[in-house]
Amino acid sequence: MWFERLLQGVVDTFLMVGVSSLIALVLGIPLAVILVTSSKGGIFEAPALNRALGAFVNLFRSVPFLILMVALIPFTRLIVGTTYGVWAAVVPLTIAATPFFARVAEVSLREVDHGLIEAAQAMGCRRWHIVWHVLLPEALPGIVGGFTITLVTMINSSAMAGAIGAGGLGDIAYRYGYQRFDSQIMFTVIVLLVVLVAFIQLSGDRLARVLNKR
Amino acid sequence: MTTANAQRIQDEVAHATVPPTALHPDLNTAHVRFVGVGKTYNGQQGPVAALEGIDLAIQRGEIFGIIGRSGAGKSSLIRTINRLEQPSVGRVLIDQIDIGPFNQDRLVELRRRIGMIFQHFNLMSAKTVWQNVELPLKVAGVGKALRQRKVTELLELVGLQDKHDAYPAQLSGGQKQRVGIARALVHDPEILLCDEATSALDPETTESILVLLKDINQRLGLTVILITHEMSVIRDICDRVVVLERGRIIEQGPVWQVFGDPRHEVSKTLLAPLQHDLPQELQARLHKHPISPNAALALRLRLTGNDDRAPELSTLFSTLGGQVSLLQGGIEQIQGRTLGQLVVTVANSPHDRDTLVNRARQWAHQVEVLGYVV
Repeated sequence: MWFERLLQGVVDTFLMVGVSSLIALVLGIPLAVILVTSSKGGIFEAPALNRALGAFVNLFRSVPFLILMVALIPFTRLIVGTTYGVWAAVVPLTIAATPFFARVAEVSLREVDHGLIEAAQAMGCRRWHIVWHVLLPEALPGIVGGFTITLVTMINSSAMAGAIGAGGLGDIAYRYGYQRFDSQIMFTVIVLLVVLVAFIQLSGDRLARVLNKR
Repeated sequence: MTTANAQRIQDEVAHATVPPTALHPDLNTAHVRFVGVGKTYNGQQGPVAALEGIDLAIQRGEIFGIIGRSGAGKSSLIRTINRLEQPSVGRVLIDQIDIGPFNQDRLVELRRRIGMIFQHFNLMSAKTVWQNVELPLKVAGVGKALRQRKVTELLELVGLQDKHDAYPAQLSGGQKQRVGIARALVHDPEILLCDEATSALDPETTESILVLLKDINQRLGLTVILITHEMSVIRDICDRVVVLERGRIIEQGPVWQVFGDPRHEVSKTLLAPLQHDLPQELQARLHKHPISPNAALALRLRLTGNDDRAPELSTLFSTLGGQVSLLQGGIEQIQGRTLGQLVVTVANSPHDRDTLVNRARQWAHQVEVLGYVV
């Protein structure tokens, strides 16, 4: 029974982190590309858009996750119809992860040598060619590294979501470990989380290394 | 040209209202022309002029050098040709067409006719050698079979046929620049822009890249425009050169001329690394006036390539008379012209100082009295 409960916790954590980080990946990369290319001297220079988008991203980044989660409850109810369980947690997790990942990816994109962009322009690349053939491939190792960090941060946040009824390993640790003083459960959850984070970090580092041809 | 035309031109010359093209028919055939080009940046302490009043005509098929110290405006100037840099005033004409009003589509098409290579190569680190050279074709929508053929051909031209799958990080500097050259040539451009293409390379690699550029220029009839701060690059491959300083052209002409007789201080400074200073020991022994009756007169003799005077030494010795010793000297051939300088001392000559200088002028284009050596 304990085993099943723990297994369920692992599955729920995977689900919450997996779904929300996948959405963050899909939304965050375009967001990062827009942030970089619309900035001053960028290939789609648009200072007003850049400032507006930057402020929007910063707004979500500056609110602590616990508060963001509570503040988003009405919005979550609107989207998934409930404020309880795994799917309800996916909403605030995604909203927290997307700006976070966008900023991390932005840094990698910004680090692409300006000379490469100039070379691409000189060879007759259009602007979207530069995004697709230069910016993204050159920044890919950094983006993979950034996504790894995002995943680890999300595991952290998902545990917090567990505390207000999202399920997952955080929920188990909180209910059995904290409220019932069951240190054995607590310890098991910690071990599981350490293994999970280590696995993600190692695979991410490895992938980034394989992709990095510099 | 009809007689009437010629007459008209002469009349116009007299009135000095004629457009420069009528006076210089070569301007009409220029491959790249700058007309009053200027570029002003908005710096932190107000506007900064990077280029001012640039008028230039670069002919088809020539290797044209632009030299200057760093910050002289070379990069800005070369980038106005493919409009990576937009001039603030003036026009840039390619094949007599003003590229200023070009929209994005025409600009992309223009840039495919102009190859460019860079000091730091600017190769995509995440792409193999093959993919790097293929990229310009890919974005132009060229079909796979043609891409295959062109890339193979170009990598063979630059001698990298065995490096298809290598990544730039696995190559040496010279090899990277060869990839850069292959990439620049893959669209069969008419113009190749070289932005300090050899400045990050060691002397031997520089030499091999210059040989390759010269070879490409001759084989493909490409117009090569290069910027550099190294005079040796200009000497080795250029036909004509302009010297740029603070955004202005301060000297221009055939390479032999600028090398043989640099007029401007900056040109002389740039040439200095190629010339030898007087040995310290000699400098210490030089005196302005003869301090003993048998002091030898030290002369610096320059051959500037202006005519075909031969550096015939026996003639020099008999012209000067007395004991002539050669202290320092170097002669080189640039574009078939003989350039060089000799430092000699003349002792016990039957002639006096002024006569010696005059006689030396029969042999050299420029004669300078350095002083007397005891």
